[in-house]
Amino acid sequence: MGDSLTNTAGHFFVTGDPLIIASDVAIVLVSLGIVFTLTYFKKWKWLWREWLTTVDHKKIAIMYLISAILMLFRGGVDALLMRTQLALPNLGLLSAEHYDQIFTTHGTIMILFMAMPFIFAMFNAVVPLQIGARDVAFPYLNAISFWLFFFGALLFNISFVIGGSPDGGWTSYPPLTELQFDPGVGENYYLLGLSISGIGTIATGINFLATIIKMRAPGMTLMKMPLFTWAVLGTCIIILFVFPVLSVALALLLIDRLFGAHFFTMMYGGNPMQFVNLFWIWGHPEVYIAVLPAFGIYSEVVATFSQKKIFGYKSMVASIMAISIIGNLTWVHHFFTMGAGPAVNTFFSISTMAVAIPTGVKVFNWLMTMYRGRITLSLPMLWALAFIPAFAVAGATGVWLAEAPTDYQYHNTYFMVAHFHQALIGGVVFGMLAGMYYWWPKMFGFKLKEKFGKWAFWFFNIGFYVCFTPQYILGLMGMQRRMYTYTADMHWTALNFVSTIGAYLMGIGFLCIAAQIIHSLVHMEKDLTGDPWGGRTLEWSLPSPAPHYNFAVIPQISDRDEWWERKRRGEQDALKPRPEDIRDIHMPKNSGVPFLMGVCFFIAGFGFTFGWIAVGAAGLVGVLLCLAHRSLDQHPDHDIPADEIRRTEAALGRL
Amino acid sequence: MSMVRPPALERAPGQARFPWSHVAGYALSIVLTLAAFWAVLGHALPTKPLLAGILLLAVLQILVQLVFFMHVGQDSKPRYHLWLFSVAMFFFVVFVVSSMWILTFNTPIS
Repeated sequence: MGDSLTNTAGHFFVTGDPLIIASDVAIVLVSLGIVFTLTYFKKWKWLWREWLTTVDHKKIAIMYLISAILMLFRGGVDALLMRTQLALPNLGLLSAEHYDQIFTTHGTIMILFMAMPFIFAMFNAVVPLQIGARDVAFPYLNAISFWLFFFGALLFNISFVIGGSPDGGWTSYPPLTELQFDPGVGENYYLLGLSISGIGTIATGINFLATIIKMRAPGMTLMKMPLFTWAVLGTCIIILFVFPVLSVALALLLIDRLFGAHFFTMMYGGNPMQFVNLFWIWGHPEVYIAVLPAFGIYSEVVATFSQKKIFGYKSMVASIMAISIIGNLTWVHHFFTMGAGPAVNTFFSISTMAVAIPTGVKVFNWLMTMYRGRITLSLPMLWALAFIPAFAVAGATGVWLAEAPTDYQYHNTYFMVAHFHQALIGGVVFGMLAGMYYWWPKMFGFKLKEKFGKWAFWFFNIGFYVCFTPQYILGLMGMQRRMYTYTADMHWTALNFVSTIGAYLMGIGFLCIAAQIIHSLVHMEKDLTGDPWGGRTLEWSLPSPAPHYNFAVIPQISDRDEWWERKRRGEQDALKPRPEDIRDIHMPKNSGVPFLMGVCFFIAGFGFTFGWIAVGAAGLVGVLLCLAHRSLDQHPDHDIPADEIRRTEAALGRL
Repeated sequence: MSMVRPPALERAPGQARFPWSHVAGYALSIVLTLAAFWAVLGHALPTKPLLAGILLLAVLQILVQLVFFMHVGQDSKPRYHLWLFSVAMFFFVVFVVSSMWILTFNTPIS
């Protein structure tokens, strides 16, 4: 222990690699730039009052979205570095060790720090507005969730300049990740960063479950809920059941590493395969956690831009629920080759194929919704359309992988790599982008302009197929995942080179999205209607962005597509508040404690990462103090007077 | 009247009693955890009875969590609770039993 401490102290700052030194310089410059800008424009107070202490779900959504886009950038740079290294045989851009670190951070960041905050951005931006609520069930807890995610992600991200990145793969299998084989602090960063953000994720699951079950507007029965809200409900159920399993697996591995236990070691009765088992009990359902909200988004987008009611609403609901149950029963297909026996593999083979059935039902329902619809090809709809073929291929290759005997051939090859990228990019990223374009006006009050958006769409889509189609073939030719280089006589060069070109095209696509956001900010056209797309659900009945109490008067719901039906009957003004109906609104107060709690968790995580038990314990004491502060707080809420609401509504032209 | 917190989750004014049941549950869950830890660390029993013992402690732990923190059976309308509780129990059994099944390695390869 003492030895490893002096060792890690000597390597506290990662030095030597020019790429990392360049990153150091960039980090310092960007930080200085942010500090300077905030000071120059005197925005520190604004930052604290409006953002860091907020408990408003709409602002939390925006912070999640910004984090997700930044993490998409970092994960994307990791991906481009890997693809550059593999473009030609025997390249020396990255050493084997550096390559290991990069594929580890790429995978972990894209799943946990890009996809998760992206879906939470959508949850927060949409669900309360869609069900006619003024906030989530536990707004304070919602802020805690965000700051735990944020500081968990920060802890994970600083690893590459302080102490060294994790290098055990995003799956982090022991015994490789045990102290004996992986001494540095990198793996600790992984375990603690994920554990901290995992607490936030579980809390979000509970929060939205309670919100959807308890806080729907009167008249909105379960079967009148919009499909996005249904998808969130399914997602929360999965989160609630599987995220604790991940937390346990990570905690046990951490105890192995920090305190010399033997849960997953090769000796003293430990069993590394138990970690693999626990990891995938979470890891497979995690795919559905990420993709169900995307399915919900497609349902909203397809119905809106086809100007038709969604086809087969009840079968959509049944499919979501079926996926959230069956999706939890398929995890062994990630380690068929462990050799658990024919009965086990057969069972999980069949359950995996069974999950394709509800998914197929959903795809046909989207197609039938579009059939004879009046389709508008706006950006959200373009991404939804692109999703269908991409996900069909992902589903088909998934069924091949689900067959245990053939999986022995595909396991851990580029075939599998191509498959899950097809599912996660084609399913989740396309969905999140569709959702971002669709709800952007609701979140920010202006639409994103189409010009760069169309460029982004085509670059990203074409790049996507150019990048991953060759990888299927490479996998069948025997190329394994996580190889840092290969020799020319493998005949993999041409396909790898094409794949790298595709990756760069996707990179250009990302830059186009950034350009689009900047362009739309500069030439901003405010959305004054509140309903720029001709929407169907309740969020479009509000101004963009919605006032911080959302609904001055909670609406009474009678139809599934309430807003659409009201517009059809010409009764949309009935959803505007009448002055005499406006009462004082009870809202939670802003609080800096969730942010401070995140800081305390960060200190604790950083301490335990380096084995500094005292620092870690001090951080945890801070967490306890934050909890005590909340428990003893007698007035966590306040009332907005009815007059103020009348003024706000009048200013919005709604009275 | 709070519109933000659902009525069922709201803390009614004047009812801020000391949460004895939470403290009791907290103490019990710590005692049960430490008991399991002590039994394993000190090899208090031979292997098989030891496993049975910590399994029993785990079941007790679940009961403590359900009764003291999740207030099972204390809601006037238990429909959602019953549904979620059944699903939770289903997954609990599936995860535990199938993990044991999977890691028995009932195969000639192992």
